[in-house]
Amino acid sequence: MAEAVRSRHSLLVRVTHWIMALAFLALLVTGLEIVVSHPRFYWGEVGNVNTPVLFKIPIPASRRLVPTGYGYLLPDQNGWSRYLHFQSAWILVLTGLLYVGVGTFNGHFRRNVFPARSEITAKSLLGSVIQHLRFARPGPDEAWSYNVLQRVAYLAVIFVLFPMIIWTGLAMSPSFVSAVPAAVNLLGGQQSARTLHFVLTWVLVLFLVIHLLMIFLAGFWDRVRAMITGRAAEPLERV
Amino acid sequence: MSTFSRRKLITGGVVAAAGATGLAVAVKLADHYGLIPPDAGGIYGPGEALTYAAQRLLTRHSMAREFSRSQISAKPLMNEVDPLGDEFKRLQDGRFADWKLAVDGMVARPRSFSLEELKSYPQRSHITMIQCEEGWSYIAEWIGAPLSRVLGVAGALPQARYVVYRSIQADWWESIDMADALHPQTLLAYGMNGDDIPVGFGGPLRMRVARQVGYKSVKYITRITVTDSLKQFGKGLGSASPEAGYAWFAGI
Repeated sequence: MAEAVRSRHSLLVRVTHWIMALAFLALLVTGLEIVVSHPRFYWGEVGNVNTPVLFKIPIPASRRLVPTGYGYLLPDQNGWSRYLHFQSAWILVLTGLLYVGVGTFNGHFRRNVFPARSEITAKSLLGSVIQHLRFARPGPDEAWSYNVLQRVAYLAVIFVLFPMIIWTGLAMSPSFVSAVPAAVNLLGGQQSARTLHFVLTWVLVLFLVIHLLMIFLAGFWDRVRAMITGRAAEPLERV
Repeated sequence: MSTFSRRKLITGGVVAAAGATGLAVAVKLADHYGLIPPDAGGIYGPGEALTYAAQRLLTRHSMAREFSRSQISAKPLMNEVDPLGDEFKRLQDGRFADWKLAVDGMVARPRSFSLEELKSYPQRSHITMIQCEEGWSYIAEWIGAPLSRVLGVAGALPQARYVVYRSIQADWWESIDMADALHPQTLLAYGMNGDDIPVGFGGPLRMRVARQVGYKSVKYITRITVTDSLKQFGKGLGSASPEAGYAWFAGI
């Protein structure tokens, strides 16, 4: 009975985690599909093949308008990619709001995500960094609690990276910025917003890669099972 | 244990039923207030409906950003244009003197407008950004007659909900709701950057919808139809874009 009550991750965390994971994957794939139609990036308000480029991705494009140097086009998937991108964005935003809203009220952030005051010291952070760099397999207690670096990383993803990528996304919407012009003006222009949206995508992908790497290191099936069923191995001292 | 499960099941059922009813009522209400887009039927319908409803609640009267003259793109990018056909060639040879814009549907006085007549109406211009869904953009000045003025002259009926517009290119037709049709920045544009619109940019007549991405700003406009329903046009999805897999509402 005790096992049924004691869950490593609450039902809310488990359900929202997987919904957001799927929505993020859909956003990533469709976002890259959209980029393929114009794999060039600019800074400021406007950008097109007649204006200076900030950087370009050395891939073929799916539209003829872009001179890529390749003699062929990639399949054009913009239509459904855009539909799915915006629908997934809604799913991610609404699920994220539910997670942050409930998590704030039920103490999830206070208990599980915000680092303890004693942990926010240079020594403690440095110790955690060194432990990670050694690729040390985490001790049994870490099956039940996030370490300090993990907490900082999750906080950055939840409260910095996701809000930023949503903001830069909205800043590209001509209709949204007609009501909230500051959303794009503060970023220095619509093409700047597009470029930042792209860069933030790769920062989130970097997080995902490290996240998966850590899960493999800690024991893939243990961690995945804990995030699906809520069950995790009891640490010895608690048995 | 079993009573607990049963209670849980009943509670769950009641919550689910209430949720479904609530959702159905919400959809009905949203439709009543014109917040459901015509392409809301497919698997991407929920996302589109949320986007369109949110935009209409937030941006019904908002104005697209306007830029200064110094921000006009020195070399605006001309998108590819499919061959325009013999009829266009004939009209172009006559310097578009015979270009006609037909206005029909739910209007009190269906009729045609010449470019000259459109140019006789009070002119409005704005320097706005045109964004292609591909990701590129440019800023240009657009000069024309507000669509609202033309709808007024033709006497659009109060039950009108959408304006359908067609290009001389048979495959191109679009539609917008009345919030965009009556919007002061929505122009039947005949001028660009102080001159006639070059053919490559949609001249002699382009519908300029400033708060949506480029594909709603259809080139070579020849006909406008005012309607209260988009069901009888094409496949009933609102415009050619959803039929080609693109969203009807492109304000994003």
